[in-house]
Amino acid sequence: MTKVTKEELLAVADRAMLALTDEEADLFTEDLATFIGYADKLNELDLENVVPMTHALQQINVMREDVERDVLDRDEMLRSVKEHQNGEIKVPTILS
Amino acid sequence: MTLLNKTTAELQSLLHNKEITIKELTEETFARVAKTDDKVQAFISTNEEKALERAEQLDNEPVENRGPLFGLPVGIKDNIVTKGITTTSASRMLEDFIPVYDATVVEKLNQAGMVSIGKLNLDEFAMGSTTETSAFKTTCNPWNLDHVPGGSSGGSAAAVAAGEVPFALGTDTGGSIRQPAAFCGVVGMKPTYGRVSRYGLIALASSLDQIGPITRTVEDNALLLQAIAGHDEKDSSSSSKEVPNYIEHLTGDIRGIKIGVPKEYMGVGVGEDAKNAVLEALKVLESLGAEWEEVSLPHTTYALPAYYYISSAEASSNLSRYDGVHFGYRSEDAKSLDEIYRKSRAESFGRDVKRRILLGTYALSAGHYEEYYKKAQKARMLVAQDFANVFSKYDVIISSAAPTTAYKIDGEPDDIVTKYMGDILTTPINLAGVPAISVPCGFSNGLPLGLQIIGNHFDEATIYKVAHAYEQATDFHKRTPAIWEEK
Amino acid sequence: MNFETIIGLEVHVELKTNTKIFSSAPSHFGAEPNKNIHVTDLAYPGVMPVLNKSVVDFGMKAAMALNCDIADVMHFDRKHYFYPDNPKAYQISQEDRPIGVGGWVEIEVDGKKKKIRLNRIHLEEDAGKLTHTEHGYSLVDLNRQGTPLIEIVSEADIRSADEAYAFLEKLKAIIEYTGVSDCRMEEGSLRCDANISLRPVGQKEFGTKTELKNLNSFNFVRRGIIKEVERQEKILLSGGVIEQETRRYDESTGDTVLMRIKGSADDYRFINDPDLPEIHIDEDWKARIRAEIPELPDARKDRYMNELGLPAYDAMVLTLTKEMSDFYEATVEAGADPKLASNWLMGEVSAYLNAEQKELAETKLTPEGLTSMIKLIEDGTISSKIAKKVFKELIEKGGIADDIVKAKGLVQISDEGTLRKMVAETLEANPQSIVDYKDGKGRALGFLVGQIMKASKGQANPQLVNKILLEEIEKH
Ligand SMILES: [Mg+2]
Ligand SMILES: [Zn+2]
Repeated sequence: MTKVTKEELLAVADRAMLALTDEEADLFTEDLATFIGYADKLNELDLENVVPMTHALQQINVMREDVERDVLDRDEMLRSVKEHQNGEIKVPTILS
Repeated sequence: MTLLNKTTAELQSLLHNKEITIKELTEETFARVAKTDDKVQAFISTNEEKALERAEQLDNEPVENRGPLFGLPVGIKDNIVTKGITTTSASRMLEDFIPVYDATVVEKLNQAGMVSIGKLNLDEFAMGSTTETSAFKTTCNPWNLDHVPGGSSGGSAAAVAAGEVPFALGTDTGGSIRQPAAFCGVVGMKPTYGRVSRYGLIALASSLDQIGPITRTVEDNALLLQAIAGHDEKDSSSSSKEVPNYIEHLTGDIRGIKIGVPKEYMGVGVGEDAKNAVLEALKVLESLGAEWEEVSLPHTTYALPAYYYISSAEASSNLSRYDGVHFGYRSEDAKSLDEIYRKSRAESFGRDVKRRILLGTYALSAGHYEEYYKKAQKARMLVAQDFANVFSKYDVIISSAAPTTAYKIDGEPDDIVTKYMGDILTTPINLAGVPAISVPCGFSNGLPLGLQIIGNHFDEATIYKVAHAYEQATDFHKRTPAIWEEK
Repeated sequence: MNFETIIGLEVHVELKTNTKIFSSAPSHFGAEPNKNIHVTDLAYPGVMPVLNKSVVDFGMKAAMALNCDIADVMHFDRKHYFYPDNPKAYQISQEDRPIGVGGWVEIEVDGKKKKIRLNRIHLEEDAGKLTHTEHGYSLVDLNRQGTPLIEIVSEADIRSADEAYAFLEKLKAIIEYTGVSDCRMEEGSLRCDANISLRPVGQKEFGTKTELKNLNSFNFVRRGIIKEVERQEKILLSGGVIEQETRRYDESTGDTVLMRIKGSADDYRFINDPDLPEIHIDEDWKARIRAEIPELPDARKDRYMNELGLPAYDAMVLTLTKEMSDFYEATVEAGADPKLASNWLMGEVSAYLNAEQKELAETKLTPEGLTSMIKLIEDGTISSKIAKKVFKELIEKGGIADDIVKAKGLVQISDEGTLRKMVAETLEANPQSIVDYKDGKGRALGFLVGQIMKASKGQANPQLVNKILLEEIEKH
C-alpha cells in the first residue's frame, strides 16, 4: 500500500497542471496508494497473450470527404475568450 | 389540470384533439418544476422563455406531421452541450460556458419536436455516483429527500421520478444512467456503445461514454432512444448499423427467451434486498415463459480496477483541455502562463475530478503505462469476452442494477475503494460496450430497487421486449413518491 | 581527438488538402487570424475529430515516393502537453502504428551517392501559431491548428551539414513532385529539426545528442549544424559533457542558443485515441495511390541524361524543382534544342528569378516563348545579344519571340551587301585603326567591330561582320 510517495504524486500533479495544497497532496497520495493496492489484483491474470482493448466498438476506416464546411465565426469564438486582441487570444508569455 | 399522470399516448391524443396545446403543457411543466424543484434540486438551469416560445411555434405544426414525442417536455443532463444555453458539466470550470453548437442528440430532440425544459444536475464532469460532487447543488432523491438520487445522472433520474419531466437524457460511463434510474425507481437505458452519437457530450472517458434515455416507462424509453439513436458523421465511433423499430418489439411475449444470471453478480458486496428482488423478478419472467440459468462472467472482479484505470486515464486526457486559455474559468490572480494552467485548474475542479485526473495521469506516466493502463486494457478484453461467451447462448443477462438502495446524503465512505465498489454491477457493461437497462423491481425501506437487463451488442430491442413484459406484469412503475401529491 | 558527426533529421511537411486533418475548416496559409477555425480546432467541450480521407491519401503518396512500407493497419495516438497553441492539450499523432516505416532518400555529395534511411513517416496535426509581444503577453492564432502534417524521421545516417542539406533538398524535391505539399520553408509548410551528436572516430555508441530547432531555411540548417558541431566539439575537447537539451538557431547571431533541458516534463503519456477508429489499408487502396505517383526527380534526371544527352549537372539542377523540370520538359516538347533549353533555364532564367526573387510561374515566360526564341537564335535570325533583349521582353510581357523581333525590327542583318557597305563606311571613318591593326595591335579590330555593331544597333550578324571586316582591311 505504499507504492505511491508524496513526491511522486506531486510530480504527477505537475504533469497534470494541478496546483495542490499540502493537505490535498497527502489525501491524494493515500487515495492513489489505496486504489493501486486494490487494483494489484489485476496481476493475478495471465495477460501475456491478451490483446489490449482500446475501443469498445471495432469500427474501421471512418473518414470524411475533404470538403470545407461549418467554419466557426471568429466573433462567436471570441465571446468565450477572457482576453483577446485583434482577433487573437491573449495569454501571458511563458514565464518559468 | 394535471398532465402528470398521463401516458405519452394520452398526452398525444389530448394534443391531437386540441384539448390542450403544447404551450399549456409546457407551462404546466414549468409550474411543476417551480413547485417541486426547491426540494429535489434536479435542475441546474431552466429556460422557460425559450421553451414557451418554441412551444408556441410547435403548436402551429399540423398534427399529421407530428411524431410520438412531438411537443413533449424533456430535460437534458448538463454535460450535453446546448447552443446558446450555458452548459456547465456541474463544474466551476464551465460555470459561464455558453456553447456555440448543439450536440447531435439535442438536434435530434429538436427534430422530434420535443421541448427542452432545462439542464439537469450531475456529478462534476459525470465523475461520481451520488450527484454530490456537483459544484452547484445537491440533488435529493424524490422518494426520500435525505438520500441521494444516485449519479452521475442524478438530476435526470430525480427529475423524472419527481414528475418534473417525463423524459430526460442521461449519460453512462460506468453506470451513470442505470444506477440513478434504479435509485429513483425509473427506467434508464445505456445503449450499445456507438448506438447514440457522442458528438456534443462533454467527454469523461471516450471509449466508455454513452448517452441514453431516462423515463417513467419502458415504452417511453424506447420512443426516446428511437429519436436519438443512429449514425452521426460527426462521431467516428458511432455505428452505421440500422436502428430497428423498438416499439414493434414491445409485444409482451417473451416465451423462450433465455436469461443468464451471473453468479458473480449475486455474490459478495450485493445486498440481500437487491438479490431477493432479482430472484423475485426471475420468477415473474419465468411465469411469462422465459427460462433462466446461472452463468458465469469469470473476470467480473477485475472489471472495477480495469474500469477505474481506463476511465481515469481517458478522463485525464479529455480534461486537459480545460486550461483557462481558450474558454472556461481562468484564475483571477494568475500572472504567468504556468499559473493560468495550474491555478485555473486547481481553483475550478472539485476534489473528485482532481483525484481521477491524478490517477489517470499516474497510470499513463512513463514507467507506469504497461503496469497499469495496458494491463487494464487487457483485462477489459477478458471482461468483454466473458459477455460474448454468455451471449452466444443467452438472449439477456439479468442482475440487480446496484448493490444497494440509495445512500444517505453525505454518507459516502471515506475510503475510495469502498466508494467505487458501488459500481461493480454496472462498470463491466461499459467495458464490454453492450447495452443494459434498469427497470424498477421493488422497494426496500421505501427506496426503489432496479433490475438490470443486459443485452448483446445492438440488441436493445430484446432488452426492451423483456423489460416491457416484466413491467407490464408488475406494478412497481405505477408507484409514485409522496412528493407527487404535495401541493 | 577526431570526432564523427551524427545527424538525424525530423522534417514536418504540411499537406495541401482543402481542409484540416480532423475538422472541416479550410487549411490554407495566409488567412486573417482565427478565421479558418472550426469548433473542433478550439477543443470545445463535446467536439470530436473526424479524419479527412485526403490526408491518408496524401500521406500514403509521400510515404510511397520515399520508399516506405505502408501500414496495413494504422491508428492515431494522443500526445499530451500543455501549450497555448495546443487547445486540447494533446496533439493527435501516430506513435505506435504510423502510416509508413522504413524508406530511404538517395543523396549525392561531392560526387558520392549515399542512401539516407528513414525511420518512419507519420500523420499528425499541426498546432496553432503563437506570437510573442514585447509586453509580457502572447497572441494565439488557431488557423494553423489541425493543418495536416507528415513527420518524416530519418535514421541517424547523416554525417555532415552538407549531407543534411542534400537530404533536405532531395526530400523537398520528391515531395513536391508528388504534389502533396508546396514545401515552402518560408511559409512554414516544410520545417526541420536536427538531432546532432558527436562521437570519437571509431567509437560505436552514439554520444549525447541535442535537438536543434528554428531552422527556417536550408542554409540555416547547414549553418546551424556547423555551429552546433563546433560547440559540441569545443565542450568535448575541454573535457566537458553534452547535456541532452533543445537548442534554437539564432538567425541574427548565427549561434545556437539553449531553449530548455529535456527532463521529466517530456512525458507525453501517449494513448490510442478512443475517438478515432483504426484505418485498414488494403492492397487496392495502395495500388490506387501508387498509380497516382508521377515520375520522380531521380527518374527524370536519368532520362534527361540518357535520352536528352544532358550532362549530369544540368540534369540534377533542372530536376530540383518540379516547376523548373516541368517547364523544361514543355520547352523541349515544343521543339527547342535540349541543351540550349537547359543553358537558358539554368543561365538567364535562373539569374532573372534570383534577381527578381520570383517563381517561374510568377513570370510571363512560357515554354513556347522560350522555344521560339531558341529557334530564332539557332537559325541565325537573331544574335545572342539581341536574344537577351528578346528574353527580357518574353519574361516580362510574354508572347513569342517572332512577334517581338518583328515588332521591334530586331532581325539580324546577314545580308553581305548591306554589311559590306557598313564596313566600308566604318573603315573610311577610322583610318588610324587600319594602321594600328596592321602594326599588330589586335585591339583595333575589336574597336572596329564595336563601331559597326553600334551603327547597326546591334543587329549586324557578328560572325559575318568579322569575316567581311578582315577581307576589307586586306584591300587597304
Ligand atoms: Mg518529433
Ligand atoms: Zn511532429
